[in-house]
Amino acid sequence: MSRPAHRRPEYQKINKDLFVLTYGALVAQLCKDYEKDEDVNKYLDKMGYGIGTRLVEDFLARSCVRRCHSYSEIIDIIAQVAFKMYLGITPSVTCNNSSRNEFSLILDKNPLVEFVEELPPGRSSLCYCNLLCGIIRGALEMVHLAADVTFLQDRLKGDSVTEIGITFLKKLDEKKYRRKK
Amino acid sequence: MADAVLFEFLHTEMVAELWAQDPDPDPGPGVSAGPGGGGGGGWGGQKMSLSVLEGMGFRVGQAMAERLPRETLAFREELDVLKFLCKDLWVAVFQKQMDSLRTNHQGTYVLQDNSFPLLIRMSSGLQYLEEAPKFLAFTCGILRGALSTLGIKSLVTASVAALPACKFQVVIQRC
Repeated sequence: MSRPAHRRPEYQKINKDLFVLTYGALVAQLCKDYEKDEDVNKYLDKMGYGIGTRLVEDFLARSCVRRCHSYSEIIDIIAQVAFKMYLGITPSVTCNNSSRNEFSLILDKNPLVEFVEELPPGRSSLCYCNLLCGIIRGALEMVHLAADVTFLQDRLKGDSVTEIGITFLKKLDEKKYRRKK
Repeated sequence: MADAVLFEFLHTEMVAELWAQDPDPDPGPGVSAGPGGGGGGGWGGQKMSLSVLEGMGFRVGQAMAERLPRETLAFREELDVLKFLCKDLWVAVFQKQMDSLRTNHQGTYVLQDNSFPLLIRMSSGLQYLEEAPKFLAFTCGILRGALSTLGIKSLVTASVAALPACKFQVVIQRC
């Protein structure tokens, strides 16, 4: 009995292509609608935020992660579980400061840009993958963690790597999460 | 490996932008100020519209059809192309086959999906019926784009009688 069609490897790849192609069409459309790169970036971030607030539930339902006790545990889960689950990649993690609330995700491969060779002309400040920043920010907010998420480096802009910076801010709802000693 | 959910979430977010209309101070003559998606570019400040979604779907459909494994590049007849869409394309995009395909053998095809994945999460029955077209525009574009790659010019529209079942009507455009 052969495997059902949608489980064959070529169809799984096509399924990933669907998301990447749709995302590309979205960015192209936004570039038509907005002249300024900052506006496109903001819009992508906003849409990502909306997706992230819902994606986090999907993620928690599928992954059964334990409760985290530190920011670095959370970052590890984002890099090793979430990115792996949804995009099939595992970014590496670095911690950027001694107070351990600033981290970076270094993306060696990035499926979102698979069909993108370079940024369109006149779009040198475009953060093509800004949706990802919004997704991470929205997802974290749903678990009561406020964070700033931006691209620190971008291969599409000529940097050597693509790096997403995540800075945890004060917890949104500290009272609720104060542990009873 | 990316889940189908990423696409579903992205699609939902794109459709949601249809509802977030920019206030347009001067909509111009003949444009009604009613809610919901009017098809096409008559809406001044609206960033997404049904035709924009359909256009994006078209580009994606074109690219998807190029990537699908095909036994032969040339189909024997038009009906084979539609069957290919109902089986292979639908499985690749929605992990299921189309539930039925009907034709009048004169260039009109009706493709029916009884539980369309992009409508399933919304509701069942008649609730949100007027919102349903927004969720079908992109997919109509995918169908039209895939047909275009396979050498067929068409017009694709969709209709919903009761969620989550919907019908896609494909009318072949002959020169």
